[in-house]
Amino acid sequence: MLTTAEKILSQKAGKTVRAGELVVVSVDGVMATDTTAPSALKAFAKMGGQTVWNPDRCALVIDHAAPAPNERIANLHQLMRDFAQAQGIRLFEIGEGICHQVMVEQQYVRPNEVFIGADSHTPTYGALNTFACGVGSTDLAAVMLTGKTWLKVPPTIHIRCTGQLPPHVSAKDLVLFLTGKVGISGATYQAIEFEGEAFAQMSLAARMCVANMAAEMGAKTCFVHPKGLSLPYEFEALYPDEGATYAATYEFEVSDLKPQIAAPESPDNVGDITPHLGQPVQYGFIGTCGNGRLEDLQAAAAVLAGKRLASGTRLVIAPASRAVFLAAMNDGTAQTLIEAGASFITPGCGPCVGSHEGVPADGETVISSANRNFKGRMGNPRAHIYLASPATVAASVLHGYIANS
Amino acid sequence: MLMNNPAGKAHVYGDNIDTDRIIPGKYTKTLDAQSLAAHVLEDLDPDFRQKLTLGDILVAGDNFGCGSSREQAPVALQTAGVSLVIARYFARIFFRNAINIGLPVMEIPDHDIANDDRLEADLQQGTVRNLTTGKTYQAAALPPIMFRILQEGGLVNYLKKYGSYQSL
Ligand code: SF4
Repeated sequence: MLTTAEKILSQKAGKTVRAGELVVVSVDGVMATDTTAPSALKAFAKMGGQTVWNPDRCALVIDHAAPAPNERIANLHQLMRDFAQAQGIRLFEIGEGICHQVMVEQQYVRPNEVFIGADSHTPTYGALNTFACGVGSTDLAAVMLTGKTWLKVPPTIHIRCTGQLPPHVSAKDLVLFLTGKVGISGATYQAIEFEGEAFAQMSLAARMCVANMAAEMGAKTCFVHPKGLSLPYEFEALYPDEGATYAATYEFEVSDLKPQIAAPESPDNVGDITPHLGQPVQYGFIGTCGNGRLEDLQAAAAVLAGKRLASGTRLVIAPASRAVFLAAMNDGTAQTLIEAGASFITPGCGPCVGSHEGVPADGETVISSANRNFKGRMGNPRAHIYLASPATVAASVLHGYIANS
Repeated sequence: MLMNNPAGKAHVYGDNIDTDRIIPGKYTKTLDAQSLAAHVLEDLDPDFRQKLTLGDILVAGDNFGCGSSREQAPVALQTAGVSLVIARYFARIFFRNAINIGLPVMEIPDHDIANDDRLEADLQQGTVRNLTTGKTYQAAALPPIMFRILQEGGLVNYLKKYGSYQSL
């Protein structure tokens, strides 16, 4: 009786493996960004690496500080371009989007794989029911060299949510709620399986939003059960065995869930929005691998259509990818948001990690659709960051204080 | 390869110290390890660099190194002169990254180490002696592959030597 993680890793290891065992597995694909690739390329060279194990399954993405804000970063980007060209691997240029969005959109990752990304939000591909795991630069270099990695087969936490989410309560509200319940270290070294009606009717974008925050529970990887998953290609829907052994099981009935918010300075500092209503905000941010997709922008546009941001507030939007940006232009979403006073910036990570663009001022309160609100996260340790759904961010900058409609 | 056993003064901090606190994201885009070390832990304790003597030991509570996958976090600590990180437990990517760059880490769930205690570790045995209080702590054993990587001084040296992962 195997969990999803045990099933996928057993397939890759060529024998049945169970939680707790160490395995060396072949990897289907790897990805690194402009934060992690430069050191990975340096480590690759130091390991004696000449050519990567499989150029078709390696990708580099320039998204964290794109376009380059200074000469130091410009030169790191150049290093990535040179390496990609020399190795014949795909480089996603500035403006193509956030690594996790482009990997899924461009089908660099597919269901039931083992995918290693040099970024902590790599478990986002759990939306595709793939074993996706974040590593650091040297581990990534090792995969580029050998096509393999070593892993401990993780025990799995099973999270079952029954009931349908109420209208105006989004996947982000649900996953914030779950992060609050599991806690920032509740799933450390473990996998999570998300299962139940509430997930079965979710779009791919919403599933990615859920899987994205597994990282905030400390999870090594996660899986959204593929029931109801629709993809533009054929795939085998893989489920855990009936009676699989779980390290813990959570069960929630979510049909009465209220909009949620994570208060500074931790993504698990979560509660109902109600006690925060009316708290003044100066800066809203919509974007990131958590919530920068078309349906997120549409949710914000639905709130802001025909209105103007409150004076003294600003709204920065970084679409998750060029494809998202184009779709938002084609259906009028971008126009609605710009008319309301929003500023669009290059698709990519934008101000999420404080590398460039949109750093908040001392003492300011930010409301963001991102996944992390640690002290200093957006580049200023004296700013306060709240996390919420795109609709809540939009409503808050519309009023100038935390609001949900 | 013979591993140097870390010894030094303890600098004790709390739970859930995330990688943004170890090295803020705005400083991470560089290959210059010295510039990382210059900002290590600055949002947590602006005086950390002043207090640190080469070889000192960082001691933390639960879930040290949670958050991003940036290897710059252990690199910043190592370059600043930290010889060992002890925590009740670690976030997994930080734990792997530290071993991969050859920075020893020890998981000691029940330690009661205080600031400025003098510590001496034995990596082979997985023990830490507190010279100030006379206590000895036993760390959780590293998986054998991690121990091998640490013995080689990190994953770069390991792969340079073996070319690929040896059987586990
Ligand atoms: S959008 Fe933010 S969380 Fe996502 S990959 Fe970029 S920096 Fe990381």
